[in-house]
Amino acid sequence: MKRFAALYAALDRTTGTAEKVRALADYFAAAPAADAAWALSFLIGRRPRRPVPTARLKRWAAEAAGIPEWLFAACYETVGDLAETITHLLPPERVEAGPLRPLSAWIEETLLPLRGLPEERQREAVLAAWRAMDSAERLAWNKLITGGFRVGVSQRLVVRALAARLGVEAAAVAQRLMGAWTPGEAFWERLGAACTDDADASRPYPFCLAHPLEEGPEALGPAAEWLAEWKWDGIRAQLVRRGGRVFVWSRGEELVTEKFPEIAAAAAGLPDGCVLDGEILAWREGRPLDFARLQQRIGRKDLTAKVLAEAPAVFMAYDLLESDGRELRAQALSERRAALAALLSAAGGPVLLLSPQLSAPDWPALAALREQARGRGVEGLMVKRLFSAYGVGRRRGDWWKWKLAPLAVDAVLVYAQPGRGRRATLYTDYTFAVRDGEALVPFAKAYSGLTDAEIRDVDRFVRANTTERFGPVRAVKPELVFEIAFEAIRPSPRHKSGVAVRFPRIARRRPDKRPAEADTLATLKSLLHAPAPPPAAS
Amino acid sequence: MKPIAHLIELTESGMHCREGGFFVDPWRPVERAVVTHAHFDHTRLGCGSYLATPETALLMKARLGPDLHVRTLRYGEEIDANGVRLSLHPAGHILGSAQVRLERNGEVWVVTGDFKRAADPTCAHFAPLRCHGLVTESTFGLPVFRWPTADAVTTEISDWWRRNAAEGRPSLLLAYSLGKAQRILAGVDASIGPIFTHGAIEPMTRVYREAGISLPPTRAVAAATGRRELAGALVLAPPAAEGSAWTGSLAKASRAFASGWMQIRGNRRRRALDRGFVLSDHADWSALLQTVAESRAERVWITHGYAEELARFFKEKGLAAEALRAGQMAEEADA
Repeated sequence: MKRFAALYAALDRTTGTAEKVRALADYFAAAPAADAAWALSFLIGRRPRRPVPTARLKRWAAEAAGIPEWLFAACYETVGDLAETITHLLPPERVEAGPLRPLSAWIEETLLPLRGLPEERQREAVLAAWRAMDSAERLAWNKLITGGFRVGVSQRLVVRALAARLGVEAAAVAQRLMGAWTPGEAFWERLGAACTDDADASRPYPFCLAHPLEEGPEALGPAAEWLAEWKWDGIRAQLVRRGGRVFVWSRGEELVTEKFPEIAAAAAGLPDGCVLDGEILAWREGRPLDFARLQQRIGRKDLTAKVLAEAPAVFMAYDLLESDGRELRAQALSERRAALAALLSAAGGPVLLLSPQLSAPDWPALAALREQARGRGVEGLMVKRLFSAYGVGRRRGDWWKWKLAPLAVDAVLVYAQPGRGRRATLYTDYTFAVRDGEALVPFAKAYSGLTDAEIRDVDRFVRANTTERFGPVRAVKPELVFEIAFEAIRPSPRHKSGVAVRFPRIARRRPDKRPAEADTLATLKSLLHAPAPPPAAS
Repeated sequence: MKPIAHLIELTESGMHCREGGFFVDPWRPVERAVVTHAHFDHTRLGCGSYLATPETALLMKARLGPDLHVRTLRYGEEIDANGVRLSLHPAGHILGSAQVRLERNGEVWVVTGDFKRAADPTCAHFAPLRCHGLVTESTFGLPVFRWPTADAVTTEISDWWRRNAAEGRPSLLLAYSLGKAQRILAGVDASIGPIFTHGAIEPMTRVYREAGISLPPTRAVAAATGRRELAGALVLAPPAAEGSAWTGSLAKASRAFASGWMQIRGNRRRRALDRGFVLSDHADWSALLQTVAESRAERVWITHGYAEELARFFKEKGLAAEALRAGQMAEEADA
């Protein structure tokens, strides 16, 4: 546990990628196989189901610290992290030279059995664990039992360090991390096996990325040389069907096959030896659901029938990179699309869709289509050169994203509350209001889009201009005006303003505007669009 | 128990002793000001007259101008202000920092000002005082704030510096220019390499030396200071200097911050620092509790920081405690 706690501290301390990789490599080199396997599972975000309800942990920690629960809550609010709060509050560690207990023993013999114990036994076990640990160990342990173990290393980084340590290709390591496995020595051995045939079958191609189209499309030449389609707002992914198996890779080169069982099942009907590029979307009745729904679903650990029914996923294919085991990337997009259409007409279905090609005679006609994007739940248009090969990475020239400009209003800062985690001591989460006669009506919360200096500035303003407090929330003098941008707006009886905006963020400060010059609720409501019909299937 | 006469009241301009006719650390210009210590948020310009310890007077003049008129009072020395006996006692916060003790008709009130009880070779150690009414700060008035010993922290700082020096990297340590910087100077292992200080720190350090505090030699860091000279050096700068032009030659430096706020990981991570050293010139939770207990005060007023929380905690323990709403001042706590 000491070694794991030191790894956690090292990863937590540094912001440099090289140092993180070094810390990971050092750990994997030194740790016993069973420990390494457990650490690995935590590092890539697998968490044991929360063994103890958080409320109990809070209560026991307050007891151990000899403080009332309200004071514990005040501490938590200041620290912004439960595991850390508990660590700070526990009585100073006793210097006890007990036997060193490995991470795997702590997990297998103490943490995992907690779930089944009656509360009193849980309490004894948790208190005993705290007593046996020093403060660095307590923090790592608390992170594990609160289910909040995150260290700011991507799976890619872990895989890189692991690959270097095991002498196995990174792609093979990533592939072996898929699926259900139990941390332990046996798994660790399998992970380091030298023969990588098993992994080669899963490998995706590097994704071709688009550039934003800043100016009009006329500079691209005749519209006839371009393919236009909707810009879907989902998760970019490749569907790999090889060797009788299916692999779904997200753009972050993460295997997400298990997150989308319905896509995996549908893809099993594809002929062997093909790779599709496209977008994972939450989809219902012929149109995409909010990206937030998809996001929510990704966050769920248990894909219950209810979750699957609430946000059914589809794969919207728009490119074919491999067919019949033959790579197609060098072929023209027009040919790849034809092959894709043929493939899906035979093997597609309600879950494997073909992204429709939009036909319009010229750029103005396409621009008109683009204006419908918001109503259709898409972000705008993609414009791709018909005769281009499938490139690697973000190359200029062949793929363009032609997004809709966001909607925006000028609004007044009315409430602020501290952030979480690293922003816990700053007022970073804001509520904005528009004018309605003399009143100010809150309509959006936003917490991104400001620089650190601006955040500090607003933080100072909030502290100096608080008019009322409601727990952690402060009402402030309506004085600062911000331009708030958002992607979409819809009517919402649940909100006081009568509207809900999607992905609101701070576009910029408007020091030139006074609150009386902020936009009105009427202006905001005028941005409501009637939903457009679903996109036609082709 | 006889009723306690309030020797202190809170007004728009700050803590006021009506009987004595003076303010303690006023927020606005007033006729007569008693100053507990020389940090900016405790010293308002434009007052008619100032009363402070001789060390605080020197520091105020170095910061606010040599013409400032400050009447001085040594620790333990007593004067009479309209029938109120007033004396200053060590607060252990920074050089010259004082608690203000007021007595009239047998009633004693103490204003701690900012204080700490931890060891600090650069200032007189905190003197516990008995009183009927205590006005205490609470900058770190939550039980999550528990300081490691200053020795342990300065050793950590030295180790960090030594490792950077071995790699030929400068060590940029952000610390408040008055108090914290000098405390670090007095504690680090000066044999590791040269020490440079920012322009805001150097004049304060000079006053410390004049006051007889022994500190290792330092040089002023300026835009002209070359990269080669800084390799392996410790560079002390106030937090506000971070990112300013002269830090250019320090681009490769390991960056750290010494403050009580570094106890919270979020603060360290937000600034993307390489290290955060938990070193504070304020009392931590246990020192606050100890101070209130030792004072045996029947009434406790709490300013600066976590006043509401600390007041509620004491009230639940049966003590007459109250959070002073000190307006903006409460939010400008330096640490």
